Amino acid sequence: MTVKKLTKSDFASLVEDLIRTENVIGVQAKGDRFDFAPLASAADLRLDYDVTLQPPKKYFLPPAEVLLTFEVGGPYQSQLDGQKFILLGVHPYDMIAINQMDELFRQDNCDTHYLTRRNHATIVACDVVRPSGHVFASSMGTAVVKQGYDVLLTDVGDSYVVEAATPKGEQLLARAQNAVPAEPQALKRREDVWARNKKALNHYELKCDPAYLPKVLAKSYKHPVWEEKAKTCFSCGSCNQVCPTCYCFNVQDDVNWDLTTGQRIREWDGCLLDGFTKVAPAHEFRKARADRFRHRLYRKATYVPQKIGGQIACVGCGRCVGACLPDIANPVSIYNRLIDDLGIG
Amino acid sequence: MCECCAQKKDIYLPQLATVADISQMNVTEKYLRLAMDDGPFDYIPGQFVEVSIAGIGEAPITISSSPTQGDSFELVIRKIGRVSGAIHNLQRGDKVGIRGPLGQGIYPVEESRGKNLVFICGGIGMVPQRSFIKYVLDNRGDYGDVAILQGTKSYDLRLFTAEIEAWGKRGDVQMIETLDEGDARWKGPVGVVTKLVSKVETDLKSALILVCGPPIMYKFVLMALAEHDVPHQNIFLNLERKMKCGVGKCGHCQINHAYVCMSGPVFRYSDLASLPEAI
Repeated sequence: MTVKKLTKSDFASLVEDLIRTENVIGVQAKGDRFDFAPLASAADLRLDYDVTLQPPKKYFLPPAEVLLTFEVGGPYQSQLDGQKFILLGVHPYDMIAINQMDELFRQDNCDTHYLTRRNHATIVACDVVRPSGHVFASSMGTAVVKQGYDVLLTDVGDSYVVEAATPKGEQLLARAQNAVPAEPQALKRREDVWARNKKALNHYELKCDPAYLPKVLAKSYKHPVWEEKAKTCFSCGSCNQVCPTCYCFNVQDDVNWDLTTGQRIREWDGCLLDGFTKVAPAHEFRKARADRFRHRLYRKATYVPQKIGGQIACVGCGRCVGACLPDIANPVSIYNRLIDDLGIG
Repeated sequence: MCECCAQKKDIYLPQLATVADISQMNVTEKYLRLAMDDGPFDYIPGQFVEVSIAGIGEAPITISSSPTQGDSFELVIRKIGRVSGAIHNLQRGDKVGIRGPLGQGIYPVEESRGKNLVFICGGIGMVPQRSFIKYVLDNRGDYGDVAILQGTKSYDLRLFTAEIEAWGKRGDVQMIETLDEGDARWKGPVGVVTKLVSKVETDLKSALILVCGPPIMYKFVLMALAEHDVPHQNIFLNLERKMKCGVGKCGHCQINHAYVCMSGPVFRYSDLASLPEAI
C-alpha cells in the first residue's frame, strides 16, 4: 500500500492523462444533481458531489445486458464484457455495496458476467466532501471504507491524499509523476475527514447498532407498519432501482429479424413490482403489496446479511428516500418505529 | 478480486440436449425424454433443470424420471405459458438447452432407507414425485411399506395411467387413486386426495410423508396429517417457485430467506417454521 499526496491541479492532469488512454467513467453534474457517466474532461469531474442519481452498480450489473447469443437448434454462446474501465469517485457507502455484491455474485455459483466486469474495473473511491440530504451512512457504519477499492482519494483542502491499495491502484498512481509521499500532517487531516464523516453522514439516525437489526426484525414480522406503509406504495420499484445492493434480475430472450438468431438478455427486476413471484398461468406467491414491501426491508437487514457474514445490506446512501414519491421507503424511519414499539431503543 | 472467479464456467450457459422421445399424455401434459449431447446426465430425485427454447426463454422443470433409469431423463410439462407452449411443439430430434441438474433435491434418499414411505400427489404433483417413487421401486428391498396416493381433478387429466396400474398390481405398493370429479368411466374413489390419508395401511406416525401438489393442497394435507399426529420432521413438501436463474442469484424463488433453487425445491416441514411465506 502506497499513500501519497497530490495537489488538485496535478490530480486533474492525471485524470486528463487517463482519459487519453483509458475508458474513464466519473461523477459529473446532471442538471442540478450528479451521476456517473463517461468522462470527456477532468473539468467535468465533480468529486465534491453529494450523491449520484444511480449507484455505480450499473457498471457491473447493467440495467440490461446480453448474457448469451444463440442460433435456433445450435449451441448457446456466452457473451462476456471484458472491456477495461476506470471508475472515478465512488463514495465509501457505494464501495461497501460493491464489496457486498462481489461476495453475493461470487458465492455458491460464480457469476462470470458480473465478475468479468468487476475484474476489468479499476475503482477510485473518494471520501465524502458534502453529505447528501438523505444520507445515513454514519448510522450504518459505511461512512468510510477500508477495502475493495484500488485507489482511495481524500480531499484535504488544496490536495488529495491518494492511497493505492492494490497492484492496479499502484499502476494508476505511478502515472501521477508529481505525487509526493503524504506527510504526517496530511495523514492527520485524512484521519480528521474520516472522524468527521463517521458522524456527519447522518441526516437520519438509526436508534440502534445496525448489527442489532436482524433481532429487531425477528420480532416484527407481523407489525402493522408494513400494512400502513404499503397502503400508499405505488409498487413502482423506484426503491429497488436506485438501491446499490438490489441485484434481483429477470432474463428474457430476444430474437433477431432473421428469426433464427438472437440473444438472452438479463435485466434489472425488483421485488416491489407486482408479478415478481408470478408463475404461469396466474399464481403469484408474494402478491400482497405489504408482503412485498416487507420483503425489501427484510432482505436488507435479515435475508441478505445471512449470506454475507451478517453485514447489513443497506449502506445508508439514502437514494430510496429521495426516489420514493409517497415517502414511505426510508429504512431508518421504519426500523426506528420498530425499535420504539419493541421498547429496545 | 480473485482472477480465477472470472475463469469459471458460465452458470447461465445451457448445454444442448436432443429430444429422444415426445408424446402427448393428456389434453395439457406432454412427456419428453431428453439425452444430453455431451454425455451422461447425473442427478438425484427432486432436482430440476432449466429448459431453454431458443428465442422463447427458459423455464424450471423438475425431473420426472429416476436416476436408476439410465443416461437420458424425462420431463412432463403442462402447456401453461410461453416456454411450456413452445416445448409442446417440439418434435423428436429437436434440440433444447438444458442447465442443471439444479437444486439440492433433498428428497430423503438416504434417510428413508428401511422406512415406510407415503407419497401424496395432487394432480401433476405426481410428476416430480415420480422420480423418487421410481427410485424407491427400483430399490424396493431397501424400503418398508410404500403407499402412493394420487388425486386428479378429472378422469381425462390422469397421468401415467399404465404405470399407476402396474404399481397397484405389484403387491408391494399400496396404490390409491381418486378423482375430484366423478366420471362414468371411473370405478375408483371420488373426492380430494386428503380423504385417502386415513386409508393408508402403514403407520403414518413413523412413515416419511412426501407431498407435492398445487399450492392450495398443502394446508389440507397438513391438516389431515396433523389428525394422525405425524411428526413435522417426517413430512417433506415440494415447494416449487419461480426458479428463474436456478443458481441462487435472481431472487424470484425466494421464500423469506430461503432460495428454493438452492436449498429446495423439497423442504422438510419442520424446517419451514422460519419460512412463513412457504405455505
